[in-house]
Amino acid sequence: MISMEFLLASGIGLVTACGIYLLLRGRTFPVVLGLSLIGYAVNVFIFVMGRLWTDAHPILVGQELVADPLPQALVLTAIVIGFATTGFVIELALRNRHESGSDHVDGHEPGHAVGYVAPGGTAPGASDHGGRA
Amino acid sequence: MLQALLDFWGQHAPVLSVLLPSFTAMAHLLLGDHAGLSALGGGHHHGRLRWRRWLGLASTALGLVMAIGLLWRAHGGELTVYELGEWPAPFGIVMVVDRLSALMLTLTYVVALPVLWYACGGWDTRGRHFHAVFQFQLMGLSGAFLTGDLFNLFVFFEVLLIASYVLLLHGLGRERLRMGVHYVVLNLTASALFLIGLAMVYSTTGTLNMADAALHVARLDSDALWLAQSAALVLLVVFGLKAALVPLYFWLPGTYAAASAPVAALFAIMTKVGVYSIVRVHWVIFGVDAGAASLTAADWLLPLALTTSVLGVFGALASHSLGRLVAYLTVSSVGTILAGVALFTPETLSAALYYTLHSTVVIAGLFLFVELMASQRGATYDRLQPAPAVREPVLLGVMMLFGAASAAGLPPLPGFLGKLMILESSAGLPGQAWVWTVVLVVGFLTIVGLARAGVVVFWHVQPDENVHASGSSPKLLASAWAFMAVTVAMAVFAAPIKAYTDAAAQQLTDKAGYAAAVLGRQGGADLRTTLPYDGSRGPFRRGDAAPVESPLAPSIEENKP
Repeated sequence: MISMEFLLASGIGLVTACGIYLLLRGRTFPVVLGLSLIGYAVNVFIFVMGRLWTDAHPILVGQELVADPLPQALVLTAIVIGFATTGFVIELALRNRHESGSDHVDGHEPGHAVGYVAPGGTAPGASDHGGRA
Repeated sequence: MLQALLDFWGQHAPVLSVLLPSFTAMAHLLLGDHAGLSALGGGHHHGRLRWRRWLGLASTALGLVMAIGLLWRAHGGELTVYELGEWPAPFGIVMVVDRLSALMLTLTYVVALPVLWYACGGWDTRGRHFHAVFQFQLMGLSGAFLTGDLFNLFVFFEVLLIASYVLLLHGLGRERLRMGVHYVVLNLTASALFLIGLAMVYSTTGTLNMADAALHVARLDSDALWLAQSAALVLLVVFGLKAALVPLYFWLPGTYAAASAPVAALFAIMTKVGVYSIVRVHWVIFGVDAGAASLTAADWLLPLALTTSVLGVFGALASHSLGRLVAYLTVSSVGTILAGVALFTPETLSAALYYTLHSTVVIAGLFLFVELMASQRGATYDRLQPAPAVREPVLLGVMMLFGAASAAGLPPLPGFLGKLMILESSAGLPGQAWVWTVVLVVGFLTIVGLARAGVVVFWHVQPDENVHASGSSPKLLASAWAFMAVTVAMAVFAAPIKAYTDAAAQQLTDKAGYAAAVLGRQGGADLRTTLPYDGSRGPFRRGDAAPVESPLAPSIEENKP
């Protein structure tokens, strides 16, 4: 039988590997997905660092077995921060796509100069907010 | 009244240094910011803008005064420990002010005040909420320097990073967004690694309090030791990215060159947060007397630091624009600082701290200078090409000469003193030959790079072209001069500053004193309260046998008095 520890450890490893693969892609959307996946893997990792408990109370109840509550609090903080930063990076990626006309992480299509617009693509900075700097 | 205020400050000083910028930022958000959109009350409605500027400047000045107050308190050697919610460490979160924290906090505000003054010259209207985000950035920096808890260090890292993402994008434009995506993605990945490192520290020591972790790490052996050492190296990657250590510095030159001038100047302190964290974690927790875990990072840190220094100055030589050149000098200076840290003696650390102060101020001043100069060169801006002559060659030339001489380390400026201290303190240590060679060669190459830039900017002029540049505004010049004045002051008061950094480095070696101050109520350096949680519970005081033998804390038995 597979132990719980093995299952979780290999699961975290798999999710992290997928996250790293996506993070190394050239488009902003897979990169954002990769960041989220790594975030999930890290959250579970922190959780597991408090050891795995079965049939234990989440908080102190009498003299019975309890799970370590501190990693749970840490995970909560990490989730909140990760949520906010994911929101920010999505907004940033959208704005970058809008200003540069390309959703490549380098701000231009590979093999083309900065500012190249693919046929049928939106011109960079098309709206009145663009290029105010 | 005044006495009551002073007493209040005396009781709550550490947390007030974090709360002040936070409340100021919220006040800024409440005041609102509609820069450029006159329909919404911004644009030419300057009344509110003036309020925002004065609020920001007054708050930053007050922050500087409070930081100097903390510096004064720490100067005597007293450790100020602030228990949030009166929960005793290591169970609650503490803020600790020692000499190093107070010094870094003061440096932050010494950089921030002239930078904010400069930004009030017009940059703050080129985007929304500049002042609010600037204060959030200060809050993150203050918190990171003052906290005594590793997880809180992560939280304040996030605060200062989120603020820095927005500040970097201030003014928008394609180049800033492009660099912004790189910067944000890299830092988010580093944050994930930071959490992994912290989780591993927690799983092996059962604590995240810095003083407590330092005690526990020294007692580890076998599996737990390996895990803790891996955690230390994971954290070195994270802090190395913030500090721009080889091979993790590639993001810095483009990012700093793309940022607006005041933001780049403020970011001069950001790499030092990475250096500070390396000192806290690798110099103290995994430092000299950490038992089997001693000097975990030593094998890596010195070669990486020296390589950073050399590659940074090569980048500076190859730069096509003055902004990138100064950014590469930032990388190079971080390498020099970390070389001092990586030798792991109090003398070299003290020299590195002095050099940190100097290089931060000089680089912040140079970033402001670059923009002042570039704005007088028409379309060429800061690119190193022949261009119309600047309007104020003497004034700007003197500033350039001053900054360059200080960055390169020519006497009698503090850059020279800092490098001399590093050379002197490294004498007789194993890495001496490498350190001396690198520091001296890098100093020489820095002069070459800056001289090349100066020649192009001031002598390769095209007199025919007509550029209607006005002179620099005295207000903007004042902040660049302020940095020069601080540099001179550092050279004049080198002796007391060096005495202070000496004492700061000595204080960091005294783990027992630190533990006694932070964990005094729990038994100081003999503390045996926290362990990696293994399901066992019950009263476990010093001298008691462990209720259940923990596989992760095998050293408990032998250490029992």
